[in-house]
Amino acid sequence: MHDMHVPAVHHHAPPQGFIRKHVFSLDHKVIGEQYYGLALLAVLIGMVLSWIMRLHLGWPTLSIPGLQLLSKNGAPGGIPTPEYYLQLMTMHGTFMVFFVLTTAPFAGFGNYFLPIQVGAEDMPFPHFNMMSFWVTFVAFVVALAAFFVPDGPPLSGWTGYAPLSALGAVAGPGQGLGQVLWAASLAIFCVGQLLGSLNFISTTLDMRCKGMSMMRLPLTVWAWFITSAMGLTAFAVLMPACILLILDHVAGTSFFVASNLVVNDQLQPHSGGSTLLWQHLFWFFGHPEVYVAIVPGMGVVSHVLITNMRRPMLSHRVLIYSMAALAFLSYMVYGHHMFVSGMNPFSSIVFSFPTLAITIPSTIIVLIWIGSLYGAKLRINSASLFALGFISLFVSGGVSGFFLAQPSLDILLHATYFVVGHFHFTMAIAAIFGIFAGTYFWFSKVTGRMMNETLGKIHFWFTFVGAYSIFMPFHYLGIAGNVRRYQAFVDDYLQPLLGVHKFITVAALVTGAAQLIFLYNLIYSRFRGPKAPQNPWEATSLEWTIPSPPPFDNFGGKLPVVYHDPYQYGIEASSGDYVMQDSPEQVQTVHDEK
Amino acid sequence: MATTIHEPPAVNAIHAPELGAGKGAWPRNPSEGNLRMLADHSSGASRTGIWVGLAAISMTFAAFTSALVVRQGSALDWRHFALPSVLYFNTVILLASSMTLEVSRRRVAAFARGFDSRRAIPLGWLYVTLAMGLIFVAGQFAAWMQLKAQGLYLATNPSSSFFYVLTAMHALHLLGGLGGLVLVISRLSKQIPTLRRSTMDTASYYWHFMDVLWLYLLLLLWLKF
Amino acid sequence: MAKLFAVTVILIAIGSAIPILMHTFVPPVDISTHGPLIDEQMSETMAEAGISFLAAQIILGVFVWKFSRTQGRIGSFPGGARGLVAAAVILVGVEVFALGAFGARAWAGIYFTAPGPNAMRIQAQAGQFAFYFRYPGPDGKFGPLHPDLINEGTQNFFGLDPDHDPEAKDDIVTAELAVPVNREIHLLMHAKDVGHSFFVRELRIQQDFVPGLDVSVHFTTNKVGRYEIVCTQLCGLGHYNMKAYLNVMSQADFDAWLKQQASQQ
Repeated sequence: MHDMHVPAVHHHAPPQGFIRKHVFSLDHKVIGEQYYGLALLAVLIGMVLSWIMRLHLGWPTLSIPGLQLLSKNGAPGGIPTPEYYLQLMTMHGTFMVFFVLTTAPFAGFGNYFLPIQVGAEDMPFPHFNMMSFWVTFVAFVVALAAFFVPDGPPLSGWTGYAPLSALGAVAGPGQGLGQVLWAASLAIFCVGQLLGSLNFISTTLDMRCKGMSMMRLPLTVWAWFITSAMGLTAFAVLMPACILLILDHVAGTSFFVASNLVVNDQLQPHSGGSTLLWQHLFWFFGHPEVYVAIVPGMGVVSHVLITNMRRPMLSHRVLIYSMAALAFLSYMVYGHHMFVSGMNPFSSIVFSFPTLAITIPSTIIVLIWIGSLYGAKLRINSASLFALGFISLFVSGGVSGFFLAQPSLDILLHATYFVVGHFHFTMAIAAIFGIFAGTYFWFSKVTGRMMNETLGKIHFWFTFVGAYSIFMPFHYLGIAGNVRRYQAFVDDYLQPLLGVHKFITVAALVTGAAQLIFLYNLIYSRFRGPKAPQNPWEATSLEWTIPSPPPFDNFGGKLPVVYHDPYQYGIEASSGDYVMQDSPEQVQTVHDEK
Repeated sequence: MATTIHEPPAVNAIHAPELGAGKGAWPRNPSEGNLRMLADHSSGASRTGIWVGLAAISMTFAAFTSALVVRQGSALDWRHFALPSVLYFNTVILLASSMTLEVSRRRVAAFARGFDSRRAIPLGWLYVTLAMGLIFVAGQFAAWMQLKAQGLYLATNPSSSFFYVLTAMHALHLLGGLGGLVLVISRLSKQIPTLRRSTMDTASYYWHFMDVLWLYLLLLLWLKF
Repeated sequence: MAKLFAVTVILIAIGSAIPILMHTFVPPVDISTHGPLIDEQMSETMAEAGISFLAAQIILGVFVWKFSRTQGRIGSFPGGARGLVAAAVILVGVEVFALGAFGARAWAGIYFTAPGPNAMRIQAQAGQFAFYFRYPGPDGKFGPLHPDLINEGTQNFFGLDPDHDPEAKDDIVTAELAVPVNREIHLLMHAKDVGHSFFVRELRIQQDFVPGLDVSVHFTTNKVGRYEIVCTQLCGLGHYNMKAYLNVMSQADFDAWLKQQASQQ
């Protein structure tokens, strides 16, 4: 059945030498692994930062052993100062949003599997691809460097609101060099993502193998494709914003800094800048960025679920259109971050309706997932558990959006823990569940070995129950009016809520510690796991037609030919209840595309 | 419940690689300088790639433009000043460079098709284009000097800030185009030339886009300054 | 394992709903005249979001329980994708747009109305890391601000120049926002340095201070008491401690308070 393969087109010869193979590799698979590794590093840092914050919030006078070694001024005696708390919080957000939630599900998995799933040997511009990773890596190093400059990292939050972020060291600790490094890191990061998105789009449009029509692309490819289109536009706007911010900071321009500001009794030498301009530019990027984090997860979850449900989704097309609708709407809703910002109150109403409308494609996606479970033959394994967990968490995060989409309720809930709970459920923890589902699902393809399923399931239970224990109480705190970005709750006003904070802290520590199970499983199975068969999940898409790990040119010098829609499950074929995409076998398919 | 049968694609839809048509050959194994025989493995992707890239650049400058409009409206401190006269000279140079690049593209095509065996002609035009690009960048530098002489620095006024930012960002992007030209020249001037058509085309699209972008910026500056 | 998942999801869903149903965590009692609409909107939204949440989680659990099987034929959801899309568009669409429309009414009540002619004007200034308030005094006019004169040491927080500006002479600067009950207040908001926010939970008001852009809010209180004003826009290291009090008094108490403050200037 393989005799109809088309001779392949080589872009580059097999790599020689360690550096070309593992460091400056042109191979999309190695680059994908590099992105994943970077995300793993960043998530460990981000998680430790969140532990410190949680410990401090629960027990404000607790000395955290060893913290004084990280920053003598920031944590004298191991107790974080108010400014150090904010600095850690800023870096937690920055690392997590940029170097974890953008790199792992999108750049990591996407680089590895997009070319394989479309039936290509590599991306069309492998040099750009390599640059994309290394530019991102430089961005990461620049952000990390902020920890080691005298005043430490910035304290203005991951949103870096001007003029706090633009005034310089006078505005507070970390607002000098640390803030510049932060803005520079983001600008560099944008360049890396633009190069990556360029490759993703060209690969999807132009490198598909014979028979691979757009509608035959797996949902993962669609998700990455839609994400690249979003990323391309969003990062192209963040970059100029960061450049202008740096200029305000170091060159004395006044893009974002208004006239007559007085800090520490000193009149600032700026005039006429627009505070809201930064917010508009930032959130024009920031809202699509939320979908950059979550849409790849939707693709991965759909892919994993279908394989384990043994049936295709109720509608392939509707899922694709809904994800595209999310992407499109994400540009029209960014103003909901600014309801109480001093923006024209009419704009708030204008932004509120598209925000509410985004509920519709989100609901369609969730209903298709849940509806497709009906009549399925669901297989429970670590990957499918995490995919199911994703759905549950995404629903939980989604319904709190009902509240935040309304300006009148935003008055009560803006800048409270309700918002923290909302975005952690959706873009953070749900996206991370997508990463886990993808990892348990594809690990065998990448390494040729299986992960331990028992450990995977233990990991799931801790993480799933833990995620709810951490983030659900955030909503309650927010409803009670607990504001965010406070390093301690000093007065009577928030004292009664301290017990909830302690509970959350304990949950966060336990859930975080449970991630060590995952890390152990990942590393142990990488070297000692049992050898994996080529297609352990009996899946249909092209990555399962090739050996594990795949050869450097993916399909062994030939390109596949595709004969089927991506998800031909629940049928009677010679191979079982499924037929691979590249199998020329004619099958009767039963599906519900209406 | 619909029932469909998935037909395999018709066999004749699968082409054997056409000889020298750009599929299947290996770029490291060039065709003795016969550019027509040279593999052009991803010409479609190159075209997509360049358009996607140009879209991203457009988005960046759209963001700068909206920042300019918002900033101008946010306070009454916008100072109008006469654009440095050298800009008009630079514009003419840049427009001319696009024309010389088009000439070189045709000459390269003639050379590749074997109509004209003299490589020096397309190379010469390419060098002229490159030189004009460099003159443009130098001219932009001269424009900054002119502004500086008038006491208009980066932080003097929002209008001068935007002037420097927009021209510098354009110049930075233009340097990328110069890099593309250098690549084209080096591929063409190798002993056995390895210039692919997609490389030539992509570099030219990019260069022309820099032209259009500059005209847009000039119009914006002219309207707002 | 599938059954365990089903039970867990359903237990989590019900468990999450309990504190809401028991009203364990609620916003503090409203003291504003515009607040009831917001509170009503809040309960409406909570009901609709809660029902959606519980329904989705429970159905997810039930389906996972029921369809994690190895035997039988692959079935399909009655109604298929079309039915689900229609349900999402019609049910959820109508639901959220109704919410949006009613919510817009509450919003309009606050922001699309101009303050009345008799509203009492008070200026609020937010700076790192304190709020200050200024009352115009008997002449009813605020003296102009001179940012270069701001000096924490001499307690010239606003940069007033009473020696040269007659209007500034009788301005009263306080650290507490005292207002008479049942009187409309027009709060003029000015940021001294970076972005801050004015949030009083009981008042159902949250509004950012925007550097370079003076915005205002207006409200009427209806309960005497002392309420915390907190900053909700990250403004620097002292953000967590940036607080002031809103003191709602009877008109008589307020007059006395203002007189006392004036004598201290």
